[in-house]
Amino acid sequence: MTDIHMPRLSDTMEEGVISSWVKKVGDKVEPGDILVEIETDKAVMEHEAYDEGYLVKQSVSEGDTVPIGAVIGVLGDSPDAEVAEESDATAAPAGEATGETPASQPAAGEATDGRAPGREAEESAPASSGEPAPATPPSPDGGPRPRTSPLARRLAREYGLDITTIQGSGPKGRVVRADIEAAAKEQRERPAPEAEAEHAPAERAPVSESTTGGTHDEVRGSEEVTVSNIRKVIARRLLEAKQTVPHFYLRRTIEAEALRAFRAQVNEQLESTGNKVSFNDLIVKACATALRLHPEVNASWVDDRLLVHRRINVGVAVAVPEGLVVPVLHDADKTPLSEIATKSRDLAERARDGKLKPPDMSGGTFSVSNLGMYGMDSFSAVINPPEAAILAVGAMRQEPVVRDGEVVARNTINLELSVDHRAVDGAVGAAFLKELAEILEEPMRIIL
Amino acid sequence: MSVITYRQALRDTLRAEMLRDEDVFLIGEEIGVFEGSYKITEGLLKEFGERRVRDTPIAEEGFVGTAIGAAMLGLRPVVEVMTINFSLLAIDQIVNHAAKVYGMFGGQTSVPMVIRTPGGGGQQLGATHSQNIELFYSFIPGLKVLAPSGPADAAAMLRAAIRDNDPVLLLENLGLYNSKGEVPEDDEPVAEIGRAAVSREGSDITLIGYSRMASVATQVAQSLAEEDISVEVIDLRSLRPLDRETIVESVCKTGSAVIAEDDWLTYGIGAEIAATIQEGAFDFLDAPVRRVAMAEVPLPYAKPLESAALPSAESVTTAVKETLNAVGRRVG
Repeated sequence: MTDIHMPRLSDTMEEGVISSWVKKVGDKVEPGDILVEIETDKAVMEHEAYDEGYLVKQSVSEGDTVPIGAVIGVLGDSPDAEVAEESDATAAPAGEATGETPASQPAAGEATDGRAPGREAEESAPASSGEPAPATPPSPDGGPRPRTSPLARRLAREYGLDITTIQGSGPKGRVVRADIEAAAKEQRERPAPEAEAEHAPAERAPVSESTTGGTHDEVRGSEEVTVSNIRKVIARRLLEAKQTVPHFYLRRTIEAEALRAFRAQVNEQLESTGNKVSFNDLIVKACATALRLHPEVNASWVDDRLLVHRRINVGVAVAVPEGLVVPVLHDADKTPLSEIATKSRDLAERARDGKLKPPDMSGGTFSVSNLGMYGMDSFSAVINPPEAAILAVGAMRQEPVVRDGEVVARNTINLELSVDHRAVDGAVGAAFLKELAEILEEPMRIIL
Repeated sequence: MSVITYRQALRDTLRAEMLRDEDVFLIGEEIGVFEGSYKITEGLLKEFGERRVRDTPIAEEGFVGTAIGAAMLGLRPVVEVMTINFSLLAIDQIVNHAAKVYGMFGGQTSVPMVIRTPGGGGQQLGATHSQNIELFYSFIPGLKVLAPSGPADAAAMLRAAIRDNDPVLLLENLGLYNSKGEVPEDDEPVAEIGRAAVSREGSDITLIGYSRMASVATQVAQSLAEEDISVEVIDLRSLRPLDRETIVESVCKTGSAVIAEDDWLTYGIGAEIAATIQEGAFDFLDAPVRRVAMAEVPLPYAKPLESAALPSAESVTTAVKETLNAVGRRVG
């Protein structure tokens, strides 16, 4: 029994209309035979059979519209083969499956950072939401593996997508890069399931009520706010971080006089270019330099394994209206300071405009979170797994400090490093923070 | 720069190298009085005399062996084997002597010899005179095999081959001798042996070829550019050593590859390239690597059959488009 799916017939196609069935139920079908004519957003196209058999079911009637990947018909070995229950046209299309798919847990090390809806969102959907099973359920008991290109598999891991839920558009249904990118785009653009429910027909409303435990709370006068997928991802990931990552914290205050002078000097040099380096850029670059000297902090604890990363990719937490995203400056150790400045400005702008792409937010090996602009003296940041550490940067303030027995006013910044104790021990973390503090106090070392 | 033929580039380089280094001499069948079956040695007997341009009997094993001996004693012979098909008569000398002497005698002497020889079908020369058996030599450690696809490379690689201390087989191509291109007029540059060239940058797919097929690949890329398909062309240039890095880097960028080769598919050069790609770029592949090669037959003499058996711009174009279709680019 072979399902026939609504094919992706153009790059922009999202759904197709069954224009007419060329084969009738019971007809013999050879590979290459025209099965059905499908109307897309562009044209009416003939769809050929890939397999031989008999058409035993037309799951979608002529004139009806279904999304890409939905089952439109079934081929059987004989004209009167029994049609299995799950082969149903109402099956979810690619990328919207909600069932558990144990065969495809992405490795934690591949988890994505501050990412808008990935597979996390799928998992968060209750299994009993009434959604039917995926059109082609991956078989946990060793059934045929879906055809996927190696590139598609790698991208699915990077995007945090479950490849077994994605319908392939390549030969014999092979999932290729284009399918993953389309699915990732769809995930990004799709509203949260609850938001969908609000616009859904009335019979869906009780589902929403029952899963949220009521939307109104008279005693507290509460009202439920529709949350975005990104908010859910943040909630899930931070909970996971705090529950599974044993944090410890290291604090150090640095004197920032030299850093101020250095920044002024750098910006004077850059004046003609219109580029400007911020304190945060200097701190990011200093972190990269310090990580190069202490690679053991540039690491991840994943599934009882310790990974030390060769590349130094520093994430910078950026507040956006929906919450928080962490775009990543890849190879920050190899990137010149002026380029760190332009790149991080571009990433922050795109973050606020919601235009970050998944690769912009993936692959981080260390993060920096700066609440100095909000006047915070210091704070303890939550680690962004699978990274092993995050640096929390406070505001620059004039403080009394003792120098040569005298109390003098100096600009200072409080740094606090949150560290995953599974990957990095106290002394190692301390050596890193000490190095970082010394680099920032002797800022020429930032660019050496 | 001047625009000259592949043939002229080879001839000018031979002459320049003979002027540059007295130890360089030429040896082969009909290269002197007849000035070469393909006129690569035109005028050189007249200019340099019989001592440095030596006609030989029709005895490949003999004159290749002679050249190996001369090279071991310090000369720099450039052997012309009329076509690569005739190298079969000298294969024991090449494989068991030229390639082995340096290693088997503990490095006491190297063999700074060049064998220039054209391959290639398409000239209606029949099955025994139209083969592409460079694979036999590319397989042998101890040999270097270069395959220039244009006049500038022909000059730079011949120069590099003559100046290299190891035995080098320079694969020429009958179908390329009349091709034209810009060649620098002085005796630079010397090609880096073992370095492929990205002869055209692109982003959609990597198309890999060498010798004639590298030139066909460039034509295909040019015509596909008009259909908004961006093909990256890699000219292997050196079959041994093979520049795996350039191949892998390109496929990592484009996600798919087609290999165009003038030899037979089964066990051919393309098989090695495909293996290189899957070893180095597995996680970046979005489609199976495709190979376009000669039909698995002794090359027919009849023109229509010969043309049908050889890989062509059309067959390469089809493979490129089919591969792009397989990764979701819907192209014609």
